[in-house]
Amino acid sequence: MNDHNEQDLLTTPLDSLHRELGAKMVPFAGYAMPVQYPAGILKEHLHTRAGASLFDVSHMGQAFLMGEHAVEAFETLVPGDYQAMAEGKTRYTVLLNDQGGILDDLMATRIAGGLYLVVNAACKDQDFAHIEAGTKGKAELQILTDRALLALQGPKAGDVLAKLAPETAEMKFMNFREVEIGGIHCFVTRSGYTGEDGFEISVPSDQAEAFAKLLLDQPDVEPAGLGSRDSLRLEAGLCLYGHDITTATTPIEADIKWVVNKRRREEGGFPGADVILKQLENGTERLRVGILPEGRAPAREGTEIQDLDGNTIGTVTSGGFGPSVGGPIAMGYVKTAFAAEDTPVNLIVRGKPLAAKVVKMPFTSKSYKT
Amino acid sequence: MSIKYTNDHEWISVDGDTATVGVTDYALEQLGDLVFVEVPEAGRTVSKGDEAAVVESVKAASEVYAPVSGEVIEGNAAIADDPATVSGDPSANGWFFKIKLSDASELDGLMDEDAYKAYVDSLD
Repeated sequence: MNDHNEQDLLTTPLDSLHRELGAKMVPFAGYAMPVQYPAGILKEHLHTRAGASLFDVSHMGQAFLMGEHAVEAFETLVPGDYQAMAEGKTRYTVLLNDQGGILDDLMATRIAGGLYLVVNAACKDQDFAHIEAGTKGKAELQILTDRALLALQGPKAGDVLAKLAPETAEMKFMNFREVEIGGIHCFVTRSGYTGEDGFEISVPSDQAEAFAKLLLDQPDVEPAGLGSRDSLRLEAGLCLYGHDITTATTPIEADIKWVVNKRRREEGGFPGADVILKQLENGTERLRVGILPEGRAPAREGTEIQDLDGNTIGTVTSGGFGPSVGGPIAMGYVKTAFAAEDTPVNLIVRGKPLAAKVVKMPFTSKSYKT
Repeated sequence: MSIKYTNDHEWISVDGDTATVGVTDYALEQLGDLVFVEVPEAGRTVSKGDEAAVVESVKAASEVYAPVSGEVIEGNAAIADDPATVSGDPSANGWFFKIKLSDASELDGLMDEDAYKAYVDSLD
């Protein structure tokens, strides 16, 4: 974790609104961020699965990568096929190093004249430097420092936004549009990271508070913090960068091999392609899996995973309590021989082996608008 | 019967040579929603400062320390079955364990209610 004094922390354009709403603020990736509001993580989580929640994700990095050759240049850094994508489509991908390790995960959208990128807060400076260096002479990176980013997530998010901007009703999962909402020019992507239908909405910083208030005024919308965002994405089986995926993991080990699109598998030409294409063919020694503890004790990140004979076979990379599941859930890496569904394993929690089994993810069903 | 408090936000209610231990409202507020509680079994001997119980919220695990030394005479099975009951009533039904004191003089080092209030105020 970043060790910051309160006064060293950056703030998002919604900082005073968070405090007004009674948020508990914590340092995260160099920013003061709301971990929860007075309702608490459990209620915020469950509300997101039943209604719609508003998250501030302005700490994430936004940029345009522009130029005639921007898409080709971007493809030298990631394993995704962006050339085949139409404008207005978004795709999740990963920045790779030469060993096939993951530098960050990100969302990239094709827009007129290039790409719109959203990267993780903790990695954004390195990411932007990496993208700039890797596309030099072929594309121009424009970092958007004057825009906030909000996520509206939950089964009612679609209805809420359609009321304010009817044209968003036609958007499907991973579609992007520029839309006027309440007189504010927004970049709207039908996406999120909670396993629910929803939107990520980029707005000018100076209008962010007005926009957030407009959404919070809708009867189905409640504010939610980073705490529930984490439990929601864990239940959805989604990787958290720096935990479930790192420079020491490849997309194949992380079981997100679908980020290597068909054309790229045939052509290669992305960092670490030799490693990754070999793994696609021969498999890997370990795999990311979902793990369901049998008891009630949560197994946190770093928990050792053993086989039934007491041999170490892996480690939990994210673990906690799943409010919608109503019990503990985890994900982690195990030796591939133990990655099959229903394989019994033990989790070593406070020195004691707790029975668990490998399960398919997500832990809750996804409800994207497809 | 008197109630004392620790720096780690446990309360201990003493009746003769037995005591009941729980966590304070302040501790619960810091922890958030509890999702898992592990209480010690009867017969276990603990020394002052030992980890005696575990509480986990959605986000994190914390320990409940033994405020004094002695033998555990009962762990509260009800809160292990339903951790949410602690949040509703931390100072009564939300107790964690009962202990038979082995050294009553250890109580002298703990805070009374006024001292604990002042301590909590100093933390905010």
